[in-house]
Order: sequence, then structure tokens, then C-alpha cells
Amino acid sequence: MNVRVDWRASTSLVGTVVKWLAVAMAFPLALAVFYGEGVTTFAASMALAVGVGWSLEQLDDDPDLGAREGFLMVALTWLAVSIIGASPYVIAGQGTVAHPVNALFESMSGFTTTGATVMRNIGFEDHSRALMMWRQQTQWLGGMGIVVLAVAILPELSVGGAQLMDAEAPGPGITKLTPRIAETARALWRAYLGITALEMSLLFGLHLLGFAPNMTLYQSVAHGFTTMATGGFSPAARSIEFFSAAVQWLIIPFMVAAGTNFALFWHALNGEAEMFAEDNEFRFYVGVLAVFSAVVAVLLFADGLAEQAVVGPVAGEVERSARHAMFQVVSLVTTTGYASMDFNTWGQPAQYVLFVALFVGGSAGSTGGAVKIVRWLVILKSIKRELFTTVHPEAVRPVRLGGRSLDERAVRGIYAFTLLYLLIFFVAGAVVYFDAARTGMDLVALDAMSAVAATLGNVGPGFGIVGPMNNYIPFPATSKLFMVFLMWIGRLEILPVLVLLTPAYWRS
Amino acid sequence: MHVIIIGAGEVGSSIAASLADAHEVVVVDVDGERVDALTYSHDVLAIEGDGTSLDTLEEAGVERTDMIIASTDRDETNLVACGTAKTVDDPFTIARVKNVDYLETWQHAEDRRAFGVDFMVCTNLLTAQDIVRVIGLPAARDVDPFAGGRVQMAEFEVGPDSPVADQTVREADRFDSLTFAALLRNGDVEIPRGETLIRADDRVVVIGSPESVQGFAREIAPSETPSGNEDLVIIGGSEIGYHTARLLEERGLHPRLIEQDPDRARQLAEELPDTVVMENDPTDAEFLAREHVDEADAVVAALDSDEQNLLVSVLAKQLGARRTVAVVESGDYVDVFETVGVDVGVNPREVTAEEITRFTRELHTENVALIENDKAEVLEVEVDAESILVGRPISEAVADLPEGFVVGAITRDEQFVVPRGDTVIEPGDHVVAFVGREALEAVSEKL
Repeated sequence: MNVRVDWRASTSLVGTVVKWLAVAMAFPLALAVFYGEGVTTFAASMALAVGVGWSLEQLDDDPDLGAREGFLMVALTWLAVSIIGASPYVIAGQGTVAHPVNALFESMSGFTTTGATVMRNIGFEDHSRALMMWRQQTQWLGGMGIVVLAVAILPELSVGGAQLMDAEAPGPGITKLTPRIAETARALWRAYLGITALEMSLLFGLHLLGFAPNMTLYQSVAHGFTTMATGGFSPAARSIEFFSAAVQWLIIPFMVAAGTNFALFWHALNGEAEMFAEDNEFRFYVGVLAVFSAVVAVLLFADGLAEQAVVGPVAGEVERSARHAMFQVVSLVTTTGYASMDFNTWGQPAQYVLFVALFVGGSAGSTGGAVKIVRWLVILKSIKRELFTTVHPEAVRPVRLGGRSLDERAVRGIYAFTLLYLLIFFVAGAVVYFDAARTGMDLVALDAMSAVAATLGNVGPGFGIVGPMNNYIPFPATSKLFMVFLMWIGRLEILPVLVLLTPAYWRS
Repeated sequence: MHVIIIGAGEVGSSIAASLADAHEVVVVDVDGERVDALTYSHDVLAIEGDGTSLDTLEEAGVERTDMIIASTDRDETNLVACGTAKTVDDPFTIARVKNVDYLETWQHAEDRRAFGVDFMVCTNLLTAQDIVRVIGLPAARDVDPFAGGRVQMAEFEVGPDSPVADQTVREADRFDSLTFAALLRNGDVEIPRGETLIRADDRVVVIGSPESVQGFAREIAPSETPSGNEDLVIIGGSEIGYHTARLLEERGLHPRLIEQDPDRARQLAEELPDTVVMENDPTDAEFLAREHVDEADAVVAALDSDEQNLLVSVLAKQLGARRTVAVVESGDYVDVFETVGVDVGVNPREVTAEEITRFTRELHTENVALIENDKAEVLEVEVDAESILVGRPISEAVADLPEGFVVGAITRDEQFVVPRGDTVIEPGDHVVAFVGREALEAVSEKL
């Protein structure tokens, strides 16, 4: 076969990124030294990253990226980083994640900011503090995008950078904020870094003031990493339930911020804070969060008035109903995946609203996953247009988004993406269900669907056996690998990966 | 005054004709036949030559001229002619353009001297403003735009059935960004106070944002003014059609626009959020009936050719549209249009010539409108740091000025600012003010 894609160039650049992953491992290495947990795990992983990275780099000494090579590079980067990132779990050999398939699952779930876990006993009894922090840190690295980070710091990526970021960035297309793409990437990462640091210090501030006894410095850093990445991993076995109400209230606005288009923060820093109020997507996003939260809060509160309440301690209490409803809605819409309580115990209506929330997603240009709020907004607007043009067939109506009208190709692309997303969701649900049946696993169809929605949308927890206080260990290894694939394509918004599977991409 | 007019087309000849009596007029045109014709028909000096060439301009006496009016059909020629003239001496230059972008560039420049043009007239915009006045404010006797269209002065006559008759000014003034500048009663100009009673047959002069003027027109003459539910149809997405729709949108109206070319229709739909743009042949009677153009309150024909405009406006009228307005490129045909039943024919060249002539007569560097045969003026000034108005509340500043001075509107950084007693005017603001004749001299000095 005559391959027309310069795969050597792509792979060589993947090698560069993998090599730099060793630098990221310096942080858990330092922690290991600090806690006296032994340096072998991370020293060996760093050596592996540098070794593999360097070998891949040798494939092409002067890589030149075209548009096609860009897709390949982005897709392979995420795969390679997840594989190398899994090595500490395997080398450490602690608990369930030591199994290679589980390690890969945990690593992919980390980098794609999914937050689905296969760790049985989350906490420090079975696992070292350094390893638990590495698990948090993978989410932070993946949050704003590994390729965006690479474009920001590696000069050799500056020319094709826009193409690469386009393939990786969540939402339809990136907005170049500055003439130089590397500058844009840096601006996004600076905003990301700044807000993360702010959250960490506020969390630790609460601890110092005595409002959050469990929120130690370690926990503040750990949760700062995974909130802003919309990741959802927590070193605490009971997720955010482990912490005080003050912590839960504080995390809510940071999850909202994580699901916001980071370009807006950049504009705000440049003195254009009114962009928040003018941005259609942001207004719709806040509106959706408010409506979903209100519905769930009312359902939770009213459940206490029913004869046989199922929700238990929350029902009938205003503050708790509001807090848990808002926390859980924001957590699932932004695809963070934290839990402030086990929502498996909630009534069916409230759980159903949360199930719908799995498909909403954050804003374009945020760290959130799933379909993305802007696509739903465009779909709603174009449905409205269809209704109008049915009555007036001659009318010409562009779909407008905040004063700007959208190109028809963009609208078509959004339709196609959303349909493809739902199609993959249904097919993948069937695959997981049949795979479970093959291995004799007892799986409820709804649980299978929620597991697929939660991994494809990079949310994390689903319902039933994959609920927020449970894990993905019961699935057979084949299903786990399939979900690794789902997380991978979900993070890259499907098309950049799917295009690699078409013969036309490789040949003509 | 010595005036050079470049371009002896309809606009140039018309201006030449109206200035020839009082001024020394030299007309320059490349077309020898036109030059000959003009020499015989008007008492002007006609020269054959290119208005953008220095030689021709010198032959026309550019070094001793007071004013140059560039009025050819080509925007670039007019701009270059003005720029060329400025290299010799500093005559006052007036350029006619069609493209609104040039006007915006010119207005954008700090000192309004871009391209070496001292005053710019935009044909397409003026025509659209004229059409909008005809269909949007039929009750107004006079409407003048200020501050690049962000401020409007309008004069209304209060009919006996008008809801504001026998109300006080305070009761009638329900609009935030509207100022009652004057009442004209029995030929006298009166500055209204809150308790002044408005009587039937009074004429009121208001200054404010286009939207508030439209709202006031609805108050004062509800039967004649479109209320927002009216069906206004623009046929043809030419530049004039586009600006008409845009100006109607600015007044809070929702017109419909029909354009045949798919690309142009798409482009217009993108630029006009409150207009329903339709893509179809505008002469398709079946389509017009299906879209209920027969029930339209006003139909504007703004296609590119006079013949098509005549056809669609007669068609619309025949279907039953209430009022039809047509753009007529060729001035001679206006009467023909109006004879066959088109309500108003608007000729862009005539509108332009009128504007330039009016401006030349008044010759102020800032925008001016005359009220009631010179009894008062509405003028727009850009205030500098020395002005008496700057740096203190309006109520204090006005106390130092003679009776008969009203601040009607302020624009700051191209934004409308509502003038109230405690508003402080800043240097660089554009102030649109009403000034009675007695106060005029004193006011002009102090501003």
C-alpha cells in the first residue's frame, strides 16, 4: 500500500512530547522523596519516558507537519502519553491498578479528565502519596490539553500549531486570541494555571481558618488539579463527601469556571469583563446549570415530603438539597465527576435529570467534555430556523451566535458531530452490554449506558454499579480496553481519531 | 465666492444651476459634449479635463478658489480630486461618495479631514435616510440626522386629534433619550418648560436618538406612524435597499427584504439581524401574493434598474400595498413614476445635489439645520476644552448663556448620552443644540 502520510514525522513529534512527560513526573518524584516512599517507581518511569521518547524522535530528525500528519500526531500523542503515564501504576505494583489493563484504564481516564476509576481501595493504605498525586496530576496535564501545552512550550510546533490545537481543542474550532499560536496557547495555560493556583490557596485557606478540617495542603493541591481539569479524581475514597459543606460550596464556582470558555478569562484579564455577559454560549451555559440545579433541588427537597422517602438525610432540608443538587448538576454538566454524596441513593426522577446532564458538556474552549453546550445551542437555533423556513420557504436565515452568523458548513458539522456522538453512544452501549453477557457479568442495561456515556463524555461516574462511590473493576478486560478507546476518542471529539480509520486518509 | 465643481453629470449640473446666480462657478468634466451643453445652458465657466489632474485644476483657478465640489459618479475620482486640490491651496472641499465605507472612514478620522475632504456626502445613505423618513416618519415635517445618524432632529405638527394635544410637555415627554427643543407657535419660537401646554396646531422640535424620535412620532401621530407591527417590504438588496433596512432596524422596525441573488441574500441576512431576508424573483406575482405583499403597509422598490423598480412598484400597488416608494436613478422619470401610481419616487442624485447645495448655502463646518425659515438653528459642535460647556453640569453652563439655547443630545465616543441638568460635558463630545436666532451670535462665540 502506498502510504501518503508522513507517519515518521508525526511519531517523531509524539516522541518529543513523551520525552517531556518525564519532566512532569518530577513532581511526584519529589513527593516520594519528601514522604520517604522510595524513588524507584518514578525514577524508572522517567527513564522509560525519556527512553521511549528519544527512540521515537529518531524516526525523523527534521519533522515537518502537514494537516494530515497533525491528526495522526494529536491522536497518537494522547495514546502514547496515556501508555507511558500508566507505567508508575504498574511499576509501583500497589492494589488493583497494578494490572496493566487497569493501569492503562486509570491513566487514560486521568489524561482525558474522565475520572472513571479502577482503583478498589482509594486512599493511602494501599497506595503511596506520590502515586495518588500522579493520578491527580495526569488530569491537570490533560485538562487544558497536552498538545496545547506542547504548542505553548515547544518552538518546533509553532507553525502547524493552530492545526494541532484545532484537532485537540474541545468545541468547534479554536479562536486565535493572539497573532502567534504559541502565544495563544500560553495565554490559555496561564489562565488555567492562575485559576488552579487560586483554587488551591482558597481550599487551603478554608483549612487554615478551620472550616475544612480534612482539606490539608496535600488535598488542596490534589483537588485543585482535578477541579480545573474537570477531571474528578480524588484521593479521598468518598470523593468530596469527605470534606465539609464549605469546601463543597467553594468547589462549585470553580467547576463552573472550568466548564467556561477560557478565552473569556483571557478577555477578562484584558479588561473586557463584559464579554461574559455578552457571550451567548456562557449565558446559555449558566442558564442550563441554573434550570437543572433548580429541578434537582426541588426533586430532592420534595422527596422528604413523600411517604417513603428514599433520599434520606437530604430531603426536606433546604441547604442540603440545594447544595447537593447544585454540586451534582454542575459536576456532571461540566463533566468533572466529583460527588458530594452518593447520588445512587436518590429518587429515579432526580437520577434521570443527572443522566441527561451527562450529554450536555461544558463550553467550547473549556476543559469539559461531552457534546458541548455550544453545539446544543446551535442545534436549538437551527431547529427554530427550520420551523420558520417551513412557513416561509424563501427566507434566508443565518444561524446567529452572539451577533456573528455561523457558516452553514459549521452548522452542518455540528449536526454531524452530535449525531455521530449519539450513534457511537448507542452502539458502544450495546457492545459493553454484550461483552458483559459474554463473560457472565450481571449488568443492568441502564448501568451499561451510563458507563458508556460517562467514559465517552469524559465525565467519570455513571449510575448503578459505576456510581460515584463505586468503580469500573467488575467489567471484563475487553470492555475496559473498549472504554479506554471511548475515552480517547471522546477527549479528541471523535473525528480526529475516526478520520485515521478511513482508507482515504492514508492513501489519496 | 469662487466655486469649482468637478463632474457635470446630474448632480454637478444641478448644483451648478443653483449656485450660478450668487457665485462664480467653474465646472470641470472629461466629456466635451457635456461641457459645451453646460456653457450654453447656465452662466458658468465649463472646462473640459480630468478633475484629478493638477493642470486641469490650475486651469480652473484652484489657487484662488474658495470651494471645490467633487460630484462625479466615481467615488475614487472625487476623493483624489479633493486630495489633489489640497496640495495647491486650502479650499473647502466637498466630495460625493456612494460607498458608505468611505463616509465611515472619513467620520472616523479625528479631525474629519481624511482624504483631504472637508465635507462628505454619501449618496446611498442619504437616499436611504430619505426613504426611511418617507415610510418611517410620514408625520414629520422635517427630519435631519446629526452625529453620523446617532442623533436626530425632527419637527412635527400637532394635529387636533393628536393624543399629546392639550398635554404639558412633562406629560408628553415619556422618552429617556429625547429632548423637547422648541415649540413653534404662531411663527414664534418658544423654549418649552415642563409645565408648558402643547396645543393643537403647534409644531414641536425634538432632538434625540432615532429610536426615541420614532417612539415619539407614534405618540403624536399614531395613525400615520408605523408602530413596529407594520409590514414594510423592501424589494431589492442594493446598497440603498440594505441601508434602508438597516435604518429601519435602528428605529425598532422589522422590515422584510427580497433579493434574488443567493449570495447577496445570504450576506444581507447576516448583516441585518432584525430583517427577514427572502431569496426569490421579486417580480414573481404568485410569490408576492403568498408572502402577503398585498397587505404591506409600505413597499420600497430598490432594485438596480429603473424599469424593474417601476414594474415591481406598480405590481405591488396593484396587488394592494398601501404605499409604494421607488428609487429612480434617472431624475427625468420621477414624474412618470408618480403619474402611474407610485406614491413617492426618490432620486439619489437629486437628494445628493440638494444636500450639497443646502450645505454650501449655509457653509458651516459643522452640521446645521434651519428651523422655520431661519428663526432658529439646530447645530452640532464638537466641544474643545475651552468651551463654556465643558467640565460642569449643563444646568450651570446654560445659565451663563442667553435664553433660547437648549442642549438636545450629546454623543461621546460615538455613543448616545442623554443630556440632563446634571450631565457634565467632556472635551471631544459632540453636542447637538437648539439655538434661537437672537441667541445665535452670543452662543457661537462662547462655544
